[in-house]
Amino acid sequence: MGLLDKQFEKSNVLVTSLDSLLNWARLSSLYQMQFGLACCAIEMMAASASNFDMMRFGVIPRATPRQVDVMIVSGTVTLKMASRIKRLYDQMPEPRYVLSMGSCSNCGGPYWEHGYHVLKGVDRVIPVDVYIPGCPPRPEALIEGLMKLQEKVRNESMAKKHA
Amino acid sequence: MTFQEISESLQKKFGEAVLLVKADAAVDPFIVVAPQSICDIALFLRDDKAMQIDSLSCLSGVDRKGTLEVVYHLASMTLKHKLVLKVSVPTDRPEVPSIESVWKTANWHEREAYDLFGVMFTGHPDLRRILLPYDWEGYPLRKDYEVPEFYNGMRVPY
Amino acid sequence: MIETHHSQPATSRGTTLRTEEMIVNMGPQHPSTHGVLRLELVVDGEIVVDVIPHLGYLHRCFEKHAEQMSNYQQVVPYVDRMDYVSSMGNEFSYVVAAEKLLKIQVPERVEYIRVIMAELQRIASHQIAIGTYGIDIGAFTPFLLLFKDRERILDLFEEVCGARLLYNYFWIGGLSHDLPPGWVEKAKAFCEYLKPNIVELNGLLTYNKIFISRTANVGVLPKQVAINYACSGPMLRGSGVDWDLRRDDPYSVYHKIDWDVCVGRGEVGTVGDCWDRNIVRVHEMEQSLRIIEQALAQLPEGDVKAALPKRIMPVASEAYGRTEAPRGELGFYIISDGTGSPYRIKARGPSFVNLSVVTEISRGAMIADLVAILGSTDIVLGEVDR
Ligand code: SF4
Repeated sequence: MGLLDKQFEKSNVLVTSLDSLLNWARLSSLYQMQFGLACCAIEMMAASASNFDMMRFGVIPRATPRQVDVMIVSGTVTLKMASRIKRLYDQMPEPRYVLSMGSCSNCGGPYWEHGYHVLKGVDRVIPVDVYIPGCPPRPEALIEGLMKLQEKVRNESMAKKHA
Repeated sequence: MTFQEISESLQKKFGEAVLLVKADAAVDPFIVVAPQSICDIALFLRDDKAMQIDSLSCLSGVDRKGTLEVVYHLASMTLKHKLVLKVSVPTDRPEVPSIESVWKTANWHEREAYDLFGVMFTGHPDLRRILLPYDWEGYPLRKDYEVPEFYNGMRVPY
Repeated sequence: MIETHHSQPATSRGTTLRTEEMIVNMGPQHPSTHGVLRLELVVDGEIVVDVIPHLGYLHRCFEKHAEQMSNYQQVVPYVDRMDYVSSMGNEFSYVVAAEKLLKIQVPERVEYIRVIMAELQRIASHQIAIGTYGIDIGAFTPFLLLFKDRERILDLFEEVCGARLLYNYFWIGGLSHDLPPGWVEKAKAFCEYLKPNIVELNGLLTYNKIFISRTANVGVLPKQVAINYACSGPMLRGSGVDWDLRRDDPYSVYHKIDWDVCVGRGEVGTVGDCWDRNIVRVHEMEQSLRIIEQALAQLPEGDVKAALPKRIMPVASEAYGRTEAPRGELGFYIISDGTGSPYRIKARGPSFVNLSVVTEISRGAMIADLVAILGSTDIVLGEVDR
């Protein structure tokens, strides 16, 4: 911060487009919904704990869907859970993003064939922005997925309506 | 107590109700008993001084194509012996008395066996599905189960 | 505190105050349910009158998958994913049951490595249990510290099998890989590293005043109830029952190692309260370190795979094998019909059984205490629902 302070010591005017300012603010504070589904949730926990420290990217877990920007679907979505996920998604304020973490929520994962109670991919109930492969994805992979999402946010425009 | 002693005293006490004693099974020996007397036998096993079987480790349903089995894995924590009991009922009338009143842990195990196999536990205080949604149809662990195409508008197969 | 409707006190204006019981839903998305559990609470003001758990939000059809596999080995990855916090513990239990069924003897070295892995896993699992319990109670720092140590264990695991969470390391009749060179020294160094950290944890959380007042005398599980509900693991030992399958139904090489069973003593409250369950976990971590150190010292040389035929064909039979997983008695009941693939596998998960007692011990507690009770049972939903 020291350098930056010096930079702005005298004249603190910054010229940028409104879009990039807003996007910068949004992408650096992607609040995450604090809920885990299965094994992947443990890796998500590891990613937000000491060694990987996801909070440095502004990803702070919030327990209620009404305060979050991104939902990380971390694990197997079962048929019983699917309607709840849909409801949680509906409760999130726009603009909202979904990260699908792990093979299970991408496509059913190891349970794709005989899982009579497993939803084969969370994208059958809610739209997904970024898919992270792996069973479970390493925390690094989760962070990479997050950066992909940040990239997506960076290129959005508030003026144009996005899907 | 050894398996032989347990089976002998069960036979002495319950006679006809002990249908089969399989002591020469390849791995775990087991006893098959009549379904209608499982409750009495369980109570005896729990309260008898020589048995003191105080814990029900596991209760499983098994589909034997045509009959449904319920298998009880029992263990005594004080005397450290183990016992496997089985009852067998026809699939079209799968009624087994509940032993929830003897070992409380049977409550959820029985609900699970009902959920996945459709074994009806008579006398169970709260026989609902436990794992699957309450409006699910069929008993998925039966060998002839067919996965539904849709559940609540969601496609089930891949 | 709101009165129940049995007693209807007259207000100052002479009318009676009527109160009602309310139904509150907790979960399936709730930070303190450790996954996707839904509790239906009947509350009278702040007092919990009844708790009705609804499970199955993570029912992944383990037993169906096990039946569909073409041999016994292929079940192991699915076993991993049951209790995903202690995969090694699950694998251990499954291979013990399967080897009992298939009548396989494994080399001594395999047994020792399995014990080392299972105990390391127990430490890692208890670290998650205690760390998240701290969060439930309102202490965030222990979580960060414990996860830092846990990463070290995961590094050790990663070195032997390449995976961080789900290992597929125990195979029937052996292990997937031998220990890499230098691993034993690293494990020894880790044991030395962890010891002071447990002491630190005790200062930070276990004997913390706030923590004690949140957990002591809360959710007391009496001995007889625990046994009747077939609770196991720290849940049972917290209630003062001296019972550990590693000692009382010995498997593998635990009988060659010197260690103690930890039980709850009601040090700061009543025997069987939430604090006791937590302290049992802390002590078990210390005991696990003891076991690991001895096992590392005794580790024999040799092969890590038993000589097995290509395709194992058991006779039609059945076996129930059980081990002491971090959460308690994990049993697998395997039935073979004489073909190469299992006819039926039933998993008896300790979390499933331990959860069923929650209703019993949380009647009459406050809603905030319910969080403490649920956290102290340390359930993993992957195993409750399978
Ligand atoms: S993708 Fe793998 S690790 Fe993730 S929830 Fe599914 S089975 Fe578990």
